[in-house]
Amino acid sequence: MLFAIASREFRNLFLSPLAWSIMAVLQLILAYLFLSQVDRYMAFQARLGGLEGAPGVTDFVVAPLLQTVGFVFLLVAPAITMRTFSDERRNRTLSLLISAPVRMSDIVLGKFLGVLLFFLTMLAMVAAMPLSLYAGTELDTGKFLAGLLGLALLLSSFAAVGVFMSTLTEQPVVAAISSFGLLLLLWIIDWSGDSSREMSGALAYLSLQTHLESFMKGLFSSSDVAYYLLVSALFLILAIRRLDQQRLSG
Amino acid sequence: MDTKILIAVEKLCRYYGHHLAVDSISFELAQGEVLGFLGPNGAGKSTTMQMITGNLAPSAGRVTINGTDLLDQARLAKAEIGYLPEQPPVYPDLTVGEYLAYCARLHRVSKKHRGGAISRAVRRCGLQGVEARLIGNLSKGYQQRVGIAQAILHNPAVVVLDEPTVGLDPNQIRDIRALIGELGESHGIILSTHILPEVQATCTRVQIIHRGRLVFAESMQALQQRLSGKALLLETMTALDPAALHQVAGVAAVELVNSCRARVLFDGDNPAAALAACVASHGWGLVELALDRQSLEQVFVELTCNEDETTPAAAA
Repeated sequence: MLFAIASREFRNLFLSPLAWSIMAVLQLILAYLFLSQVDRYMAFQARLGGLEGAPGVTDFVVAPLLQTVGFVFLLVAPAITMRTFSDERRNRTLSLLISAPVRMSDIVLGKFLGVLLFFLTMLAMVAAMPLSLYAGTELDTGKFLAGLLGLALLLSSFAAVGVFMSTLTEQPVVAAISSFGLLLLLWIIDWSGDSSREMSGALAYLSLQTHLESFMKGLFSSSDVAYYLLVSALFLILAIRRLDQQRLSG
Repeated sequence: MDTKILIAVEKLCRYYGHHLAVDSISFELAQGEVLGFLGPNGAGKSTTMQMITGNLAPSAGRVTINGTDLLDQARLAKAEIGYLPEQPPVYPDLTVGEYLAYCARLHRVSKKHRGGAISRAVRRCGLQGVEARLIGNLSKGYQQRVGIAQAILHNPAVVVLDEPTVGLDPNQIRDIRALIGELGESHGIILSTHILPEVQATCTRVQIIHRGRLVFAESMQALQQRLSGKALLLETMTALDPAALHQVAGVAAVELVNSCRARVLFDGDNPAAALAACVASHGWGLVELALDRQSLEQVFVELTCNEDETTPAAAA
């Protein structure tokens, strides 16, 4: 049933112009960024060639692109996730899912997977741009893949946060704003500076961004993977609890 | 026991905050029954239905669907229910066909039977010809029918319909009533409505809920008997003579409404034939001779209005 809900959610997204326009705008902006990076690389290429240990095309083009992708997704993810549950509650269609012989966790996970699949589709479209460089040069495949994996994990936590926020309200816009707020807070939480060492360590650990950095450097660190998985699991469990509690309180 | 008990509700309660919306309701529904659930707005009809279908958790009490406890084995129990909430739970962005296919998957209708189940539901609800249209573009009546199709799609043992004929035109209402009657033969149906003739037309049993409590529960047959009473209405062309009517065997009393109209109370068997003969022999010219039925409406008003005076403002 999980997959029935997930595939429905995924296909539902394509029924609204919102998802299409987000995909188009995102692709346009990132393509512009990608091309300008490629342009810069072409200009510097001659000088870089002479240097020992100079940054390659992966560092120069792909890494900045992927880093920006993470932040741009932060801006658009809430717009995609906002409708998952608030629309169902507003249109009173949630009772269809709840009256069906389906577990509450299947409903939440199904919606989450549907949204995540959509995010990964967008990510694949973005990844197609650096891939096109293979036509003329070699990329650092390991670094590139690590970056993509990091982004996929980041997107899964975006999706989980968004789905949870959507269970809280009947207003999609409120869900979007609040998930955007929470994600942004988690993104910048370690910017507060080094006033106290241990505090900033804890804050840095909480930040969505710091965990992405090692992936961007091509490092696969299991603690960073665990962080994203924990964030996703936490908000999914909260969403399930929230729906169960709604059944109790009416 | 030849009829299976499909739903057993025991002492179901539901609080909203401190407000007791449903107060210790118990009833049973057997296969082949159509149970009409009546009550004024805010009496707790929808709350009860939401609890039976697992959309709301009860504050206390038990619901057993086809022998399965709804709280302990929710998924098994829910597989036996088809539910149409007050607002049909339809997605405006989907076509009727897509929507029903999705519902069939949600209800675990196997791939093999899915096509058959969908075309049967489409046929039964008169949705032929709109399968490829977006639900959002359909009229309210069609959306309602899509909602009913969704509820009967997986051939559940119990069908719970919350005000199924709201927004339908008279022809559609007739179709839906016929459908309910047809479904009632093999399934158990709970129907909530505030349209009283609907209950009289379709239900085999009636329950009236008021302020969260069941104030009336009887089979339609018993109700008819109770309603039919012991009185005949008689109307003639020319003035009639009550003394002559009183002579007819079985007549207990004659109340004259006006010179041409009387209410004849009787004991024992219905003396209509003898009355007609009496009218004919006097040459009064028979216009009307009918049983004076108390309507369900009167019972309803009696039960739900009297209470207002005896328990003032329980909700306050």
